[in-house]
Amino acid sequence: MNEIYLDHAATTPMSEHVIAAMTEAMRDVYGNASSIHGAGRTARKALDEARATLARSIGAKPNEILLTSGGTEADNTAIFGVAAARQHEGKHIITTQIEHHAVLHACAQLEKQGYDVTYLPVNEKGVVAVKDVQRALRDDTILVTIMYGNNEVGSVQPIAAIGELLQAHTATFHTDAVQAYGIVPLDVDALRVDLLSVSAHKLNGPKGIGFLYVRAGVKCVNLLYGGSQERKRRAGTENVPAAVGFAVAVDEAIAKRDEANAAYKRYRELLTTTFTNAGLNFRVNGEEGLLHVLNVTFVGTDVESFLINLDMSGVLVSSGSACTAGAIDPSHVLVAMFGSDAEELRSSIRFSFGQGLSDEIIQEAANRVVAIVQRLVK
Amino acid sequence: MNETKDRSQIRVVVGMSGGVDSSVTAYLLKEQGYDVVGIFMKNWDDTDENGVCTATEDYEDVIAVCNEIGIPYYAVNFEKQYWDKVFTYFLEEYKAGRTPNPDVMCNKEIKFKAFLEHAMNLGADYLATGHYARVDRTGDTVKMLRGVDNNKDQTYFLNQLSQEQLKHVMFPIGDIEKKEVRAIAEKAGLATAKKKDSTGICFIGERNFKEFLSQYLPAQPGNMETFDGDVKGTHDGLMYYTLGQRHGLGIGGDGEPWFVLGKDLARNVLYVGQGFENDKLYSHALTAVKLSFTTDEARPQTFNCTAKFRYRQQDSPVTVEMREDGSALITFDEPQRAITPGQAVVLYDGDECIGGGTIDTVIKNGETLTYVG
Repeated sequence: MNEIYLDHAATTPMSEHVIAAMTEAMRDVYGNASSIHGAGRTARKALDEARATLARSIGAKPNEILLTSGGTEADNTAIFGVAAARQHEGKHIITTQIEHHAVLHACAQLEKQGYDVTYLPVNEKGVVAVKDVQRALRDDTILVTIMYGNNEVGSVQPIAAIGELLQAHTATFHTDAVQAYGIVPLDVDALRVDLLSVSAHKLNGPKGIGFLYVRAGVKCVNLLYGGSQERKRRAGTENVPAAVGFAVAVDEAIAKRDEANAAYKRYRELLTTTFTNAGLNFRVNGEEGLLHVLNVTFVGTDVESFLINLDMSGVLVSSGSACTAGAIDPSHVLVAMFGSDAEELRSSIRFSFGQGLSDEIIQEAANRVVAIVQRLVK
Repeated sequence: MNETKDRSQIRVVVGMSGGVDSSVTAYLLKEQGYDVVGIFMKNWDDTDENGVCTATEDYEDVIAVCNEIGIPYYAVNFEKQYWDKVFTYFLEEYKAGRTPNPDVMCNKEIKFKAFLEHAMNLGADYLATGHYARVDRTGDTVKMLRGVDNNKDQTYFLNQLSQEQLKHVMFPIGDIEKKEVRAIAEKAGLATAKKKDSTGICFIGERNFKEFLSQYLPAQPGNMETFDGDVKGTHDGLMYYTLGQRHGLGIGGDGEPWFVLGKDLARNVLYVGQGFENDKLYSHALTAVKLSFTTDEARPQTFNCTAKFRYRQQDSPVTVEMREDGSALITFDEPQRAITPGQAVVLYDGDECIGGGTIDTVIKNGETLTYVG
């Protein structure tokens, strides 16, 4: 049974161009970018070029790009960094109930340290209301951290409107754009964000690298101390081959973006039409935001059994997030959208699309899903 | 060769706990050519304040073993079913002054019901577990036999399995001795080869039983008395004691050691007396409820067989008299010591485990003992 990978929101396979560029960099660009000799300069040049590409992709300046080990470190740097830098101005943080755990668990840790965190609700479409952000703002609010696009249901948050609102407030504004980067155009000035996190492995780049955009002048304390890399904001020898691969992946994602989104829209329709024609009782969760994420409730299915059956039939998808001991915890995102007793919690799975798929492959996946649902729902 | 090919078409889901028994179960089935899938059941969350959870550690072992064997693995969460069907029953029984057997209930309601159903939903032909028991499929009905390792035989805990359940189960290590199981694991290089066996009730694990129970049931200390009314001390709560228990009473003095002889729930009194052979501990018959048989074969209303009243006990000859309501009067050939309500009475015909029930009342000289809980 050939595998059909529909879990691109979890991670993506690396693009051949990325692998080629990284292989070359690993072989030829071996120097330490901080060294003063020729090999160091070669590495520094490759790093600077990559950084310029990354900066350009979000309308930022290269010196505002802080390379990290990935999205989690970018989110943690933003949250702990701002919390530490501004603790004397206030200890209130605003976020939402549907953030990635890299944000939620960082906030929970800050609560233990005496910070006060407001977790805003979302509507049934998985979207936070700007007026809720407005109401939650206090004089001592130092940070607002709200994701751009949700990784489980694809809902897109009104980041530009919140950025606009925050023009009248001193709070620092961070957005976790890990899932949206490469899928939708992002411009830090249009969004009026101070900090923005992304990761390379969600857009066919390598695992282990991401960046945090830090607007010039924004106060953010380091997580890591050591050498003077990243303008003394993040110690550790730069991962030049990964940065090179990251930049190639970004260029590729942007070049293919419109075409990819058109394909994702077709895939969504192919799946939902096939489900409808087969008479399945299903609902699509969340607004049509990030087109590559499609979260579906199949009424009457049990997610644990469903996912294993899908895996056995070669359709690789996911649901919520794996928790302790590999078992599946109810998704906090679906809880926020539907409440803790909703059937969506037991019966929803996420399809997510990326490179390397076709209408034929999606149709085959849809057929396999239908066969399993019809077997499981008695 | 043909047989191997056929077996590859037979899907067996193995319930894997992260222990050596279920690891070897999966390994043997894979060696025999079956289409094997390993599934870890998470029934209980014991995550402590440091985020450490034994289930996580056990699942790590399941992953390691499955990768070594080369089979897919998954985890499934039955915490809610376990709480509703097993733990609630466990607490209710303790509240009623009895000594429940959660492992029997877990096998009946979770492992061979909810989990079996889950396995069937994955297209499995069989569910296999690492129990020391055997399944005999040579006749028209499937029989459950004792494991060959007499010291490890676990049919006591499996007595409630029905014919329908047995049709779908395999116990691949029931044919071998425990030390052989370890040897196979070691030879195959399985990560769990030297892992310590789990002891006690699964959700309590190595923890202090008293402390655990006190988190869920309020303990009411009261008097320890002899049947003559002499107060010998104070007990910590009736639920912490079981019939025939010697340790933890803290009664000193001359003569033979002291034992728990019974309980008076209404007065919150624990009856104690001296001597392992104390006459109050002995009885002649019991009534059992929730009688269940492993086969659907017709049997006379009254029949003779052997029985175990607790795990790892020698069999005793008994006469079973079935009643209309599904309960039974079970009379012992010889008086039995410390028959404990709430525990299982399990019936055997030679090597075959034919079924069992839950001990409800205890009878001595034709009268129901009111002091045993």
